[in-house]
Amino acid sequence: MFLISERINGMFTAVKKAIAARDAAAIGEIALRQLAAGADALDLNVGTAAAEPAEAMVWLVESVRAVSAATLCLDHPNIEVIRAGAEAAGDNFIINSTTAREEDLAKFLPLAAQTGAGLIALTLDEKGVPNTVDGRVEIAARILIAAEGAGLPPDRLFIDPVTLPINVAQDQPKKLLEAVSQFKLLSDPPPRAVIGLSNLASGSSEKSLLTGAFLAMAMGAGLDAVILDPEDRLLIDLLITGEVLLNRTIYNRDYLKAWRAGKT
Amino acid sequence: METVIEKWPAAINTVTIGAREDGGGTRSSTVTIGGETTLPFLAFEGAPPHRPALALDILDYSPDDWPETLREPFREALGDPAEWAGLCQEKYRPDLICLRLQSLHPDWGDTDPERAAETVRAVLAATSLPLIICGCDHPEKDNLAFPLCAAAAAGENCLIGFATEENYKTLTAACLADNHAIWAQSPIDINIAKQVNILISEMGFDPKRIVIDPNTGALGYGIEYTYSIMERIRLAALDGDKMLAMPLLGDVGADAWRAKEAKAAEKDFPEWGEENLRGPLWEAATAALLLQAGADLLIFRHPEALRKIRDHLDNLLDIA
Repeated sequence: MFLISERINGMFTAVKKAIAARDAAAIGEIALRQLAAGADALDLNVGTAAAEPAEAMVWLVESVRAVSAATLCLDHPNIEVIRAGAEAAGDNFIINSTTAREEDLAKFLPLAAQTGAGLIALTLDEKGVPNTVDGRVEIAARILIAAEGAGLPPDRLFIDPVTLPINVAQDQPKKLLEAVSQFKLLSDPPPRAVIGLSNLASGSSEKSLLTGAFLAMAMGAGLDAVILDPEDRLLIDLLITGEVLLNRTIYNRDYLKAWRAGKT
Repeated sequence: METVIEKWPAAINTVTIGAREDGGGTRSSTVTIGGETTLPFLAFEGAPPHRPALALDILDYSPDDWPETLREPFREALGDPAEWAGLCQEKYRPDLICLRLQSLHPDWGDTDPERAAETVRAVLAATSLPLIICGCDHPEKDNLAFPLCAAAAAGENCLIGFATEENYKTLTAACLADNHAIWAQSPIDINIAKQVNILISEMGFDPKRIVIDPNTGALGYGIEYTYSIMERIRLAALDGDKMLAMPLLGDVGADAWRAKEAKAAEKDFPEWGEENLRGPLWEAATAALLLQAGADLLIFRHPEALRKIRDHLDNLLDIA
């Protein structure tokens, strides 16, 4: 399971303050903490407060690159902001994200293909997020075909079926699980499936439990990557256990400790 | 035809045994094992950086229970481990010597731990090869002897064993104190192999100084099971499991010569043929299989088996 940290996001107060004050040490500290907790990649999102999002993105990238060479996930809807971040990052990054709207695919796919980046693509088109499994799978297939045309191989394409909050759309999680398993049938090699987990429990009680149970179910359905807070111990324990149950890591009595030891 | 190349995300650790003068020891050579980036002998995917190392056993008592075939090559030195070590180095040229302190065991003489430490010193003086030190597999006696033997060999960067899931603390502490590598044994069980490595690492011992002994059986004694355990360990390691990314040890001689097929006399089983040929062949065949499973370090009993495997490796690595 490829684990993308969601915590370096201008939406969070500490990060917002650090961006405003250009406090690179504070950002570096969060980055190292998230990596130590098990993150494989760090999502970087400047939030909505930054007046110059491109400049803020470059600064965020440089602040993290000063302490780590880990994979970065450049998170912004505007391609110019992504382009600026990509230049600062050099290599080893993922673009987060494109929609399936034709104009977006036409911009983001070539950038990902040319820079060697990964690309997260949402199953969201001109008509919004479909309410059905078939609708999501159909959009995923369209993304996949466009990616092939642009020269982006399936293993660098992360398809995100778009998680909606449980308290507004309770019929969605089951549909997402089914969509994830059907994504895997679209091509060989298949595209990778990714989910942004925290949106599921947005505004709910029992956030960890809801997201954790869903994570375990999604792993069973074939999820490859997840965006979450690796410092949420319950979530990570579930993720590690899922890897054991899916026979991806070797069980032993201290398998939780072993996984964490392997991350340092 | 297109060659399908498999690329793995991780590599096996390298472990060095022995220390020259510049490393604080007195050995004339050192041995480095591990470092593989793919499965054994797939040179087109990545040549192994280090050749599997071959050790020869010596005992701290005269092994009257050994068959004649096995006693013959060492006859003049049996009972004197220092002389035995010197004879091995000069005549049979292994990469390392493996000293077994079997006489510590209550059933094999119950000798003093201090005597074991003296034996270690004497053997280190008699050979300049890197040294493996093996206890008697009696936890209480081993735990008395490990600290003394580790101290007696301080600076020489030995491989000392073995640590098991039930008995690892004393050995780990001794190897931490005197900077030796650890031989970690598990009963043909991948989960326990990993567990032992975690337990040792949690005491602050560097996992990159551990060698896994998956406890190999001999040919004809369920070795296909050993093979699949070794293969699974290696696949997990190449896939990124750091608690299984250790080089693998095969205790070939001890296992092969337990088999009746290796040691039975021709007069008792005439249809099995001459025992002087059969025993070393049994040992060599076991070793050849363990190499295919990924073994990095093999410990032999009969010098002829070691010689056969050295030639076999020359051929394999030349064409691989």
